[in-house]
Amino acid sequence: MTDLLAQAQRLTAPEIDYLAVAPILVVLGAACLSVLVEAFLPKAQRWSTQVVLTLLTLAAAGASLIAYANDALPQGKVTLAGTVAVDKPVIFLWATLLVLGFGSVLLIADRSVEPGGAFVAEASVLPGTKQDRAQANRFGMQTEVFPLTLFALGGMMVFVAANDLLTMFIALEVLSLPLYLMCGLARRRRLLSQEAAVKYFLLGAFASAFFLYGVALLYGYAGSVKLADIAAATSGTDRSDTLLYAGFGLLVVGLLFKASVGPFHAWTPDVYQGSPTPVTAFMAACTKVAAFGGILRVLFVAFERSSWEWNGVLWAVAIASMVIGAVLGLTQTDVKRMIAYSSVAHAGFLLVGSISLSQEGLSGTMFYLMAYGFTTIAAFGVVSLVRNADGEATHLSQWAGLAKRSPVTAAVFTFLLLALAGIPLTSGFIGKFVVFAAALESGMAPLVVVALVASAVAAFFYLRVIVLMYFSEPAADGPTVSVPGAMTTIAITMGAAITLVLGVWPSFALDWAGAGGFIF
Amino acid sequence: MSWTLIALLLLPLAGSLVVAFLRGNDRTAKLVALAFALAELVIAVLAWVAYDPAGDRLQLTSSVEWIPAFGIHLSFGVDGIALVMIALIAFLVPVVIGGSWADKLPEGRSAGGFFALLLAMETGMVGVFAATDVFVFYVFFEAVLVPMYFLIGRFGGPNRQYAAMKFFLYSLLGGLVMLASVIGVYVAARDKLGSGTFDWATLVTVTKDLPLSTQIWLFLGFFIAFAIKAPLVPLHTWLPDAGAEAPVGAGVLLVGILDKIGTFGFLRYCLPLFPLASQELAPLVLVLAVAGVLYGSLLAVGQTDMKRFVAYTSIAHFGFIALGIFAFSSQAGAGAVLYMVNHGISTGMLFLVVGMVMARGGSRLIQDYGGMAKLTPVLGGLFFVAGLSSLALPGTNSFVSEFLVLIGSFPNQPVFTVLAAIGMVLAALYILWLYQRVFQGPVRGTALVDAVGGPGAALDPERASVPDLNKRELAVLAPLVALILVLGFYPQPVLDVITPSVGATLSEVGVTDPVAQEGK
Repeated sequence: MTDLLAQAQRLTAPEIDYLAVAPILVVLGAACLSVLVEAFLPKAQRWSTQVVLTLLTLAAAGASLIAYANDALPQGKVTLAGTVAVDKPVIFLWATLLVLGFGSVLLIADRSVEPGGAFVAEASVLPGTKQDRAQANRFGMQTEVFPLTLFALGGMMVFVAANDLLTMFIALEVLSLPLYLMCGLARRRRLLSQEAAVKYFLLGAFASAFFLYGVALLYGYAGSVKLADIAAATSGTDRSDTLLYAGFGLLVVGLLFKASVGPFHAWTPDVYQGSPTPVTAFMAACTKVAAFGGILRVLFVAFERSSWEWNGVLWAVAIASMVIGAVLGLTQTDVKRMIAYSSVAHAGFLLVGSISLSQEGLSGTMFYLMAYGFTTIAAFGVVSLVRNADGEATHLSQWAGLAKRSPVTAAVFTFLLLALAGIPLTSGFIGKFVVFAAALESGMAPLVVVALVASAVAAFFYLRVIVLMYFSEPAADGPTVSVPGAMTTIAITMGAAITLVLGVWPSFALDWAGAGGFIF
Repeated sequence: MSWTLIALLLLPLAGSLVVAFLRGNDRTAKLVALAFALAELVIAVLAWVAYDPAGDRLQLTSSVEWIPAFGIHLSFGVDGIALVMIALIAFLVPVVIGGSWADKLPEGRSAGGFFALLLAMETGMVGVFAATDVFVFYVFFEAVLVPMYFLIGRFGGPNRQYAAMKFFLYSLLGGLVMLASVIGVYVAARDKLGSGTFDWATLVTVTKDLPLSTQIWLFLGFFIAFAIKAPLVPLHTWLPDAGAEAPVGAGVLLVGILDKIGTFGFLRYCLPLFPLASQELAPLVLVLAVAGVLYGSLLAVGQTDMKRFVAYTSIAHFGFIALGIFAFSSQAGAGAVLYMVNHGISTGMLFLVVGMVMARGGSRLIQDYGGMAKLTPVLGGLFFVAGLSSLALPGTNSFVSEFLVLIGSFPNQPVFTVLAAIGMVLAALYILWLYQRVFQGPVRGTALVDAVGGPGAALDPERASVPDLNKRELAVLAPLVALILVLGFYPQPVLDVITPSVGATLSEVGVTDPVAQEGK
């Protein structure tokens, strides 16, 4: 006993900079509290308590982030025994994640568009049964979605800040597991939703396994899971290159899967379509930011020096992703699947910025992430408004003549589609511009040309929706556009306004994204 | 800091917003739109007066920092070429508004929306010609597509969806290819100057020293975009569709102004930025130009649809303009710029009178008309004037410019010039034959015979139900006829503005011009 105590006293606790990690602690702490709310509060009070708690949490995390950003060392710092780095890119990504999370929570919490909310009351009821039909008419809603959202968001924040691969893996699981559950919670079309959840879970589990295997091989290569140690190891020559290549390959597959980069995108359309639309918005915006935040850190910190060895492979992946997204997007007839393929194409553009491995590439990719996130949240917000008696009317033919019925909704969605297509005076254009400029400076001219052609192809399917909304006559039994409640209105307005501001006056965000590089 | 151009940019935009909110009241919307367009014309006249042909290369300049991270400024200024184009815009827009006054809009569309889009286009068009920052130019180049897309798609003919989509995709693809070159120019400037810039005057000094191979790649990016716009064969196929389906007013602006962005781009961007590549590739461009003259003329002869006919004559005329630009002599260059103005006037008028014929007969097909001059002698006469101007009869405006292009090109490019001169003969053929079929002979054709109430009634003009031009239509055409005659006999004021700028452009290319000193 005394032996053990003596040993324990020899252990020194790592120094923790609580201010730096406060946003993570706030979000994860509130997530635990949220579980307790779920357990102990009566049903009637849960929804309002959860909404207030979640939104306050995000605001508090944002406030502590601002306090740290004002107070921090110019480059940021590494804390928690070197496992978490809170540097300038992480501050940018955390802020983006928190604001995007705020918008998503507003969409999730809205109960006026779909009476009772977009989420099922009892997820365990089998689809198609008598109980299921009965609950479709009740107005209750599964409020577990709020703690799940907070856990996922906390995981994402750790993921982009993780400075070693093991922390990154744990963060990956913390962000993924709640998402798998959230996919299956749709109130309508339960079977599709559950199928999406199972598919996402199975493929996600494989991807996690790939990631973990990659970590193991890289540990064998470098003798450490720290990104900095791997970087140091790649500059030596006496180690097994096989371990490096295999480890890097497996690791990157896991990351690309989460970022829905083609050809690892197969889950994306099904999951985007099947999930409740607010969850799709959350996944499309926040998961993309987190996954690319992780990819950027891994590539820039650990594998920059070995870039000549993997560059060709990621060139091919980027081209594949852009082409798959743009070409398969052409054939889609469901608006959610269309945006899913568009996200695959956008992931290709983001990868182009990520592999340029320059300060411009880093800031450009982060700006693109921010721009894309806000546009996507607003776009899915609009999708959730267009409904008929069976719920959301996502088939494109049902959108014909929408401009006549509700000009404002159609105008906002048109603006968002133009932003996705990258037309000037939207954030999408500035994002493409900064990413392609960085790529061209790094000597990737062929990749830029492919990216531009893919943008032109992708523009076709965005335009097709505009044609449908504005130039076609409305269908007789077409959907109606619900009058959005305050929360959905705020989320859509926020997304569209930021899309416009970043397109017209992007300087502040560009400066902020270019404030500094990674530390490790 | 001159406010003239800024006023020219902001006034139509403000008008567009005001008119957009007058959707309920068509008459007020039209009057307000006309008032804004006339005010714009007044400011354009002031700009013309303030411009000093013997002064600096770029005048009426203004510049505000926009995105400092990339050295982007909101810079505007004009040389003589841009000034005459802006004057042409300011002249044509009120004419177009007058010409579209009584247009039958598709069901459910309001005049307010139509005129708001026209005014929004005016801002975009002025911006394209006034921008002196390449990035800002690109933004306007793309942004101007959006109002045109909606003008065709919402207010056009039966096949408007297809035409609008084709127009947008062609232009967008060209624009994206140009974006690659725009970024390439920026990167080149950054490598040489240390800090990136998009300022046109600075870039000219940088890019002219680039090696030939780099220049060719960058040149092609710009050239493809402009060749689609202009349009040069074989990138012309969108124009007949867009021109035929566009409402008449939008069609006038499409062929009169929007297409000139292409030829203006050759002069402002292709030649000065890439002098070596321009000289190297000039034979290729000349082949395309002459092919356009002959191909456009031959297809114009074979057209059965009057609006498509006008579009094909434009393709022939754009061949002449491109020939004048790439012949590299100051006479041909000045002739080409004057041709850009004259083509806007004469083809604009041809489009308007075709629209007036269609408004009476309700058909676009030539075979549905015949002997119309008996019913509407004034319309017939003015149609003839427009036709003569289009075929470049001496005494009309187009003669001066076509003649300048041909005698200016002959010393440098005798073969191409002789081939292009065949186009003049074909022009006489297609114009006169069209006039003969529609206006001469006995009254025939389903559109007219039905309108006058059977074959027998056609012989008595008194009882005809096909009215001749009313006062509004006369007022719309009168300024066009006046300009056709004035510029036919006394083009000197316009040439005085154009010639120094063309000379400066050619000296940037490094061409010595034996006839430059004689003065025109």
